[in-house]
Amino acid sequence: MSDIKEKISKVCPSATFEEGENLLVNVPEKDWYGFAKKLKEDRELDFDVLSAVVGMDWKDSVGVLYYLTSTSHNWDMITVKVVCENRDDAYIHSVSDLWKVANFQEREVYDFFGIKFINHPDMRRFFLRNDWVGHPLRKDYDADPKLNPIRLDDEINEDDTCTYVEENGEIVKKPGKVFGENDYVVNIGPQHPSTHGVMRFRTAVDGEEVKKVDVVSGYIHRGIEKLCEDLTYPQILHFTDRMDYMSAHQNRHCLCMCIEKALGLEVPRRAQVIRVMMDELMRISSHLLSFGCTAMDLGATTAFFYGFRERELVLDIFEKTCGARMSMNYNVIGGVIADLHPDFVKDVKHLIEIMPSRLKEYHDVFSNNLIAKNRLVGVGILPKEDAINYDITGPSGRGSHWSCDCRKKHPYSIYPELKFEEVLMDGCDSYSRYMVRMKEIEQSISILAQLVDNIPEGDIRCQVPKIIKLPAGRWYQQVEASRGTFGVYIESDGNKNPFRVHFQSPCFNLVGVMDLCCTGNMIADLITIGAALDFVIPDIDR
Amino acid sequence: MTREDFKDNEYIDKLVEELNATGANVMVGKMDDLINWGRANSLWPLCFGTSCCAIEFMSLGAARYDMARFGFEVARNSPRQADYIMVQGTIVHRMAPVMRRLYEQVAEPKYVIACGGCAVSGGPFKKSYCVVNGVDEILPVDVYIPGCPPRPEAMFYGLMQLQRKIKVERFFGGANRKEKIEEFFKEHPEEKGHIG
Amino acid sequence: MFNFGQWTAAFNNWLMGLGTPEWLGITIECVLIAVLILLTYTVLALFYILYERKLCAWFQCRLGPMRVGPWGLLQVFADMFKILIKELISLKDTDRFLFKLAPYIIITSSVVMLACLPWGNGLQIINWNIGIFFVLAVSSVGVLGILLAGWASNNKYTLIGAMRSGAQMVSYELSLGLSIITIVVMAGTMNINELVLEQANGWFIFKGHIPAIIACIIYIIAATAETNRGPFDLPEAEHELTAGYHTEYSGIHFGFFYLAEYLNLFIVSGIASLMFLGGWMPLHIPGWDGFNMVMNWIPSIVWFVGKAFFISFVIIWFKWTFPRVRIDQMLSFEWKYLMPFSLANLLLMTLCVAFGWHF
Repeated sequence: MSDIKEKISKVCPSATFEEGENLLVNVPEKDWYGFAKKLKEDRELDFDVLSAVVGMDWKDSVGVLYYLTSTSHNWDMITVKVVCENRDDAYIHSVSDLWKVANFQEREVYDFFGIKFINHPDMRRFFLRNDWVGHPLRKDYDADPKLNPIRLDDEINEDDTCTYVEENGEIVKKPGKVFGENDYVVNIGPQHPSTHGVMRFRTAVDGEEVKKVDVVSGYIHRGIEKLCEDLTYPQILHFTDRMDYMSAHQNRHCLCMCIEKALGLEVPRRAQVIRVMMDELMRISSHLLSFGCTAMDLGATTAFFYGFRERELVLDIFEKTCGARMSMNYNVIGGVIADLHPDFVKDVKHLIEIMPSRLKEYHDVFSNNLIAKNRLVGVGILPKEDAINYDITGPSGRGSHWSCDCRKKHPYSIYPELKFEEVLMDGCDSYSRYMVRMKEIEQSISILAQLVDNIPEGDIRCQVPKIIKLPAGRWYQQVEASRGTFGVYIESDGNKNPFRVHFQSPCFNLVGVMDLCCTGNMIADLITIGAALDFVIPDIDR
Repeated sequence: MTREDFKDNEYIDKLVEELNATGANVMVGKMDDLINWGRANSLWPLCFGTSCCAIEFMSLGAARYDMARFGFEVARNSPRQADYIMVQGTIVHRMAPVMRRLYEQVAEPKYVIACGGCAVSGGPFKKSYCVVNGVDEILPVDVYIPGCPPRPEAMFYGLMQLQRKIKVERFFGGANRKEKIEEFFKEHPEEKGHIG
Repeated sequence: MFNFGQWTAAFNNWLMGLGTPEWLGITIECVLIAVLILLTYTVLALFYILYERKLCAWFQCRLGPMRVGPWGLLQVFADMFKILIKELISLKDTDRFLFKLAPYIIITSSVVMLACLPWGNGLQIINWNIGIFFVLAVSSVGVLGILLAGWASNNKYTLIGAMRSGAQMVSYELSLGLSIITIVVMAGTMNINELVLEQANGWFIFKGHIPAIIACIIYIIAATAETNRGPFDLPEAEHELTAGYHTEYSGIHFGFFYLAEYLNLFIVSGIASLMFLGGWMPLHIPGWDGFNMVMNWIPSIVWFVGKAFFISFVIIWFKWTFPRVRIDQMLSFEWKYLMPFSLANLLLMTLCVAFGWHF
């Protein structure tokens, strides 16, 4: 797609371009919606995936960066920048009708920056309380605790929402309600055993049938992106371990790669191999936990313990090398923090040896059980088009037969040299998602088997400057985490702390399809669907 | 850990001293012992985890650590039937009222364990705009377990300290604990705009 | 075989010999029996709680309770003490009377069922000609308690749990009843004592061969559903409805639900052992007199309790292994498969009896 500039100029003459890591298109706000429609629908452009939506505050203006990917054109990525000069009354047209994934993303941007999206169906805050004062990621945010004390009273008017529409050239706010008056709303969460953390689903039911699911998030929103802006680059690393704690290594790998890319560092081969091995071990551990939790949510408690039994072996490997069972803090800028434990190779070989028989045991006790199959097959159908539109990556997307493995599409580290299959299943249901995970364990084992005898000697990290300062610019890096494509966006103004960091977490998109998948199914299926999508709440809330 | 180290807990020693100073008669004392034995050995947790620590808590229940050995395994999903809340993970502003309500829903006697750096003090997120810096700003905490996340062994240690604490409690007469809790709630009223 | 009836008769004679009037004697005996039943109830329930916790731990490569008392034997007592003195929370905007009544209905129904079981030779409290029919009738009262609990709590989870439980128990009672009737057809009696004596020369599961085995399997499935245990634990469905119909109960009220759940497991196992495995009757093989003699030396009460424990073991086993079914699957399973099947089985058994195809 070398001629992309001409194509874009043709459909949107007002666009200007900036070269960088990937092409950045500046579009005036008034042309944005029309341009977005062309980007999505024009067969020659065909940007069908909205990979990331990054809200920005450039002090003199606010705006949004859209990272778009075209699956049909070699997974090329472009960035579209839309700027609002008027900081206090910023409006941008919503693209949530083109890319459904933008629905929650735009709500997040509204929450953080106060940018209102015209024609967005449900312009509520996403993470913060609805009586929160101010928008925390704006550079002029007033962090005085008197404005936002710890409130111990309940949020009122939870049902109120609004839409901004254009009428006769003016923007009008139209109030609305989330649920109708006759809806019987059951509150699932935030403290609920099967929401995998503190997620809250307000569910309208008719008897046992789910009518609508309203996702209320933010019960573990810790404001990591804002915290990062005050810290130096080595200091922000540890947050990645605490977002999706089941993809700690991959997330940290991603952030390190993003910083290394900006600094132009070459990571030693030994460190690369160690990182990939740790990533795959983490993936195994994550999928084992997912297997256990799916089984337990469905009521098969014994299977949960089997999954955890093997997970302990992986944790042992981590503990010996990294010093911790969880939150390992192992990757650092330029390599890894410590060398492998002498037992590493032996332990990994042991794991490789026993896993096939254990996987068979899992299938015997759970996957092939008639009741389990009845509960999983055909439940929570997510067609491929929807998976792409909602940007459902990872095992859940591959369960809908969408080939979206970042290790293949945007190869990084030493993955291009490795032989492994991208597991795809075409059931589009919970069972496919579950089985993709089980088969990915096999693939991860095969990657480990390829590497375990070929760990090269050498340095475990390269030389890095004492004080890490990134040159001014912006970088976006993606990796395949356990639950899908994890992205890190860094914008630097040349200082030792970042100007803006955005984490594009896979689970954020996963929770977006809950309404689509659950509507029309039973209450029990809501639990099944949640378990098979396997989201991690701290990753959503950040 | 040696037995002496395990028993080394100044806080509980002080509590015992205070209690002994007031004295109790033999009959009531024996009843207290029996009740406390029952309470201490039957601590049912409320399934409540917000982040990483919850996964370690699951490991605590799984085969290698097996908290069932001590009778901790009957995790109740309904707060009415639970005995203690183990706050596993960060508590943020949006969660705070829910947390408080959960605590109120638990039937007496109830205990709170702050598990992990975030619940103890806010941990790595202390400076954030919406993190409660330690769950003790909204709930009376009995035991703190530091760590990020604490290892299952650390959680066992914390749970056993809670058992020790329960064993020196008074059911009849001199309800020292209850007074302290009431005092706490007087200091942390549930009014609009309250600052932790 | 030793008859416990001798002891009870001796006690009765002694009491009458003291010159007690008949009404007083009967009253004293009734009170004594009531105390005995309640004691047995508690001890059994506590034992069952430990039994299940230990068993499920072993299925799951764990150890289970082992630190409180030797082998964890005192664990359940600790739990009991705690539950007894735990706060009873009274709720706003609920029907107080019904809310408090519900656990008592459940516990009463299971105590009455316990009273009907044939514990051993001569150890039986009520001996009617409609014994098994009475058990079936009383077992249906339990559902009322669950419905009340769910309704009176004024909570959406409990309500959904109660509705599920209503649908489930009413449906599965059919299969349960039909499988029992299958055996009644064969035995020709509903009297519990006679049912046991009929099996002196072979348990019904052997005598009735194919239809009896089918009836046994149907009974165990339906009984699991009746006691709300996995894979049919939808009314509680921990991972969907937090704790189902008893979400709002605390303290001893919750304790009643908890005890009744375990005791019902014993009761359905006891009835299964009565209907299919000969109740307290030892294993007799016609013609093997020596073997039968040895079997007779084992006390009848051990036979009965042992069989009940064995069947409970099977039920606990699949509770911890199988995933939970969904409400629509559960109902269609009953109405589309289990009930027609048990009707056909009843017909088969009737044919067997009519043509004398059984042993």
